[in-house]
Amino acid sequence: MSMQSRSARWIAIAALGVGAFARPSSAKDTVKIAFIGPLTGGNSAVGIGGRNSADLAVKLRNADPHLRYRYELIVLDDECKPDTGVQVATKAAADKSIVAGVTHYCSVVAVATVDTFHKLGLPTVVWGAVLPDITYGHKFPEIHRVNGTMINQNDTATSFMFDQGYRKWAVIHDTTDYGKGHNKYFSEDVKKLGGQISGTFGVTADQQDFTAELTQIKSQRPQALYFGGLTPIGVRIRQQMDKLGIDAQFQGTSGILSDDFIKGLGTLAEGSLAFREGAPIEKLPGGKFFAEKYAEQKYGGAPEAYGPFAFAAADLLIATVEKVGPDRKKIIAELAKVKDKDSIVGKITFDDHGQNTVAVITKYVVQDGKWVPWEDSEYANGRRKLKGK
Amino acid sequence: MNIGLLGQYVINGMMLGMMYALVAVGFSLFFGVLDVIQFSHGDVVTGGAFAGLAVYLAVSRMIESPLLLLAAALIGAAASMAVLGALIGRGLVLPLRSAPALNTLLLTLMVGTVLREGIRLFFPNGSQPQRFPALLGARALGIGSFTLRLDNVLLLGMGTLLIAGMHLLIARTRLGLAIRAVAQDEETARTSGIPFNRVVLLTFAIGSVLAAFAGVMHGLYYNEINFGMGLLLGAIGFSAAVIGGLGNLYGAILGGFLFAGLQTVGAVALPLPSAYRDVFAFGVVILLMTWRPTGLIGERASERV
Repeated sequence: MSMQSRSARWIAIAALGVGAFARPSSAKDTVKIAFIGPLTGGNSAVGIGGRNSADLAVKLRNADPHLRYRYELIVLDDECKPDTGVQVATKAAADKSIVAGVTHYCSVVAVATVDTFHKLGLPTVVWGAVLPDITYGHKFPEIHRVNGTMINQNDTATSFMFDQGYRKWAVIHDTTDYGKGHNKYFSEDVKKLGGQISGTFGVTADQQDFTAELTQIKSQRPQALYFGGLTPIGVRIRQQMDKLGIDAQFQGTSGILSDDFIKGLGTLAEGSLAFREGAPIEKLPGGKFFAEKYAEQKYGGAPEAYGPFAFAAADLLIATVEKVGPDRKKIIAELAKVKDKDSIVGKITFDDHGQNTVAVITKYVVQDGKWVPWEDSEYANGRRKLKGK
Repeated sequence: MNIGLLGQYVINGMMLGMMYALVAVGFSLFFGVLDVIQFSHGDVVTGGAFAGLAVYLAVSRMIESPLLLLAAALIGAAASMAVLGALIGRGLVLPLRSAPALNTLLLTLMVGTVLREGIRLFFPNGSQPQRFPALLGARALGIGSFTLRLDNVLLLGMGTLLIAGMHLLIARTRLGLAIRAVAQDEETARTSGIPFNRVVLLTFAIGSVLAAFAGVMHGLYYNEINFGMGLLLGAIGFSAAVIGGLGNLYGAILGGFLFAGLQTVGAVALPLPSAYRDVFAFGVVILLMTWRPTGLIGERASERV
């Protein structure tokens, strides 16, 4: 690169700060995109995997000589804390040189920063947080999300269970936002499809004894027990179902999809079902491509479950900027039109809330002490059977 | 509601009641002899359960017989909690005798936190629920909607024997006499030659052994234990002891079963979500306490312990 063009680039970058007035033809303008996720604290592994994946999207795009712009990823740490999240969201949104953001893994943070992005007009695409309210709690055109929510999760779960022939459920859910949300969307779906819920029990998140609830459930004879909550009480409920001789299929949510659920139950975990947004990388449409490119970069740490979504979000934003230029308003208008757009996580279609409506949901079943994707399990090919089949 | 269902609720409630009663008796014993509230007692229950599990894991490589394994787990839990209880008594409660009662209360509350967090941090994968082996087998008798499990019957029998043994110990033995004497009047007991400190420490050990049994029972009943299980058990055991009449053994037992009954009614018979069952049960306890501040079998019967 000649001295001349190098200094031209510096001028261009400086010009960006005060507002572009001249565009030297020999160098591309740099466009900044923010990445926000938890880079420190308990969720940092997922956060760093997300950052690496977004970074990969930028690197792969920058390697393409035909692009109109050069892209730079500005990385910010929300620590999975709402207050820190709002601070860094304000920092990113107030910086006029940043045109869009790939934002948040933690639901509490993502739901807290929605207002900030709206007020300051920064278009964002959520890459990991699953709470429905992040997109459905408002009508802000700035907020989008590529990954699914518990609404998608329950849509998939209900139609899957119907296909398997289940029609009658009892529901136990914890009384946190997570459990209540799951109960709400699952119950709505069951009603829509014409199934029956024999009883709904809201329990506290640290309850120990469920025999009273389960005795009632036993007398209602449901085909399946739907549980919306997390691993610890999931283990207790499954255990006590057995104690009371309840022979219903146990159906959980993403909250029980952990090794500890299986460790806590031993062989009793066999055949339990659960559903989660996203999919193992190798199951995604562009999973192989992504995994190879990710490995080439030798990042420290794996992409984790939501890395591909961060990649897809960053890639979608870059494609949008390429089309309409680095203008926040135009980017928002363009994102509203996204429909059946191919990405490594499958098609992306935003509804009028900016929510991807065709988000990937994976079904899991416990087989021999492991959570196995349904399609790969012996339950799917009929060698083993779910309860009551 | 049919008979089978009702029977199921009664059995469920009795299992809960037995565990609560065993914990409540400990609270009552400690209050009887020393007028202190040992707030880490609930976490001693957790300690007992985890000690039992640890002993089981250690010896299950050598022994196969479930009966021997159960005996080993029970003895391990009981012995370690007896030592722990006596240590809490010796190191923390006795030295603070002349300090305000509030200090003992705070101190034992903190000991409970240390115990709980210690289990969470140092037991392998301690922050997650642990599987407790079903040492009493899984045989069950099903009649319609009623399932009677052999292990439930055995556990209820074991609990009844323990409580009967406690009664005999207090009412018939020299140690029991000494405990009653100390509970009645410390000064007179001392002047009659009763070794005060030793009696107090033995009482702490006995109460903690009951807690250890309650912990193992909890494990055998639910086949699952976790580091936080003692928190609510402690609060419930204490409330049960208070409604029964603090310092009165039989009151504690009555209180334990009463509380379990209230919880079951709260979960089953009320038109409220079952998450409110504890709100209901504790609410009734509050009403009972305003009606009889000294408990159902309070100082009226006057003879403590």
